[in-house]
Amino acid sequence: MRVTMSVNDRECLAEVEPRLLLIHFLRDQLGLTGSHWGCDTSNCGACVVWLDETPVKSCTVLTAMADGHRVRTVEGLARGGELDPVQQGFAECHGLQCGFCTPGMMMTARWLLDHNLDPSPAEIREALSGQICRCTGYENIVRSIRWAAEREAADRDRLAGGDGDDGDDGDHGPEVAG
Amino acid sequence: MQVPAHFEYERATSVQHALALLAKYGPESRVLAGGHSLIPMMKLRLAQPETLVDINDLAELAYLTVADGELRIGALTRHAELLGSAVAGQHFPILHDAERRIADPIVRNRGTVGGSLCQADPSEDLSAVFAAVRATMVIEGGSGTRTVPERAFHLGPYETVVAPDEMLTEIRVPILPGGGGSAYVKVDRRAGDWPVGAAGAALWLDGDTITEAGIGLAAVGAAHFSAAEAEDFLRGAPATDESFVAAGRIAAEHCSPVSDQRGPADYKRHLAAELTVRALRRALGRAHARRGEA
Repeated sequence: MRVTMSVNDRECLAEVEPRLLLIHFLRDQLGLTGSHWGCDTSNCGACVVWLDETPVKSCTVLTAMADGHRVRTVEGLARGGELDPVQQGFAECHGLQCGFCTPGMMMTARWLLDHNLDPSPAEIREALSGQICRCTGYENIVRSIRWAAEREAADRDRLAGGDGDDGDDGDHGPEVAG
Repeated sequence: MQVPAHFEYERATSVQHALALLAKYGPESRVLAGGHSLIPMMKLRLAQPETLVDINDLAELAYLTVADGELRIGALTRHAELLGSAVAGQHFPILHDAERRIADPIVRNRGTVGGSLCQADPSEDLSAVFAAVRATMVIEGGSGTRTVPERAFHLGPYETVVAPDEMLTEIRVPILPGGGGSAYVKVDRRAGDWPVGAAGAALWLDGDTITEAGIGLAAVGAAHFSAAEAEDFLRGAPATDESFVAAGRIAAEHCSPVSDQRGPADYKRHLAAELTVRALRRALGRAHARRGEA
């Protein structure tokens, strides 16, 4: 069957079997190998992408179901050549070890911060509870997402004119307790 | 790599269109909603439908409203939408208790209320929840609409009364006058896992006397996901811990749990009793809190 969808703001058209899973379409036909194919049983979350405005486990979505919809993968996270604050947070706070779970973690983190500007560590852990880091590096993942939240709060303050401290010293990153 | 067997894919544009497609393709066709039960079953080749009728575009089936003294939930309502619904939580906190623990947040974005009920897994939380609150299921077919009490909806594991050319479209939960309280308690091993055992309770009171009680049980082999004998015991009884403990014992006596990797039958029977008591206690606390607000 023929499908058309927007993937990371690019229109694409393809001929697929109805049984083709979205994760395999993204990786094998579009070459977007950032999303990882992990457990295949919707448990691990390495394959999380956005379908329209929501994170989904793409190993459990048919490509046919995404026909006519928008898909956003980790490749679409950076904007205008600049890494998303979530990506910067993972880099700053050592949010990945082997990196396999990272794309899914970051897609969920982006969604969380879009809906909760200041999530507590407990709220972050709840949001990520359907995703598994086999390196068990959860502490740093939570820290990375907190870093991004604080960075975005600082950016908002700056854009709003700040509270008297609008000097841009070029250091956009918040301090993160070790 | 797990891949479903070949099938035909059709996308429905309305309920009537979906019903026409189901009639056209016959008993080997299946409705595809969120897909988070059906697609895994297809990957394992435990299900091999010849045709999938995708109903995800049917926005007319995704809603939560209160009308005519009922909470009405469209079958295509996602778990995340039910969890996020203030009106659902206000009338039936049991719904939010359960939804917080169903699967995980990402799966809840996609999985649907109707899909979970139609999957009819014996461990399915919402089947127990809707049994406790005595919901009614609205089923549409080519020859019209019929309603079925939740407790008559399941024929057995993975089997419901929905015929191959019908679909579940709505769940209706009666909002009984006078308020009341409800709660759901679940023991599971980790996020996303099925329950080892779970119990839901709904209580309606006149003063400190129980006028009506609903008890739902998941994963413990309860007939129709409910505990009718324990409910009979509670009706007219004082809302006390002694009543609840006795009801828990009765509920457990009428369960038929099986031993599996989640636990031995004896433990699950113990859970049926204990979780029934805990759910009743929490439901009572909420009924009192509501009365205090009124």
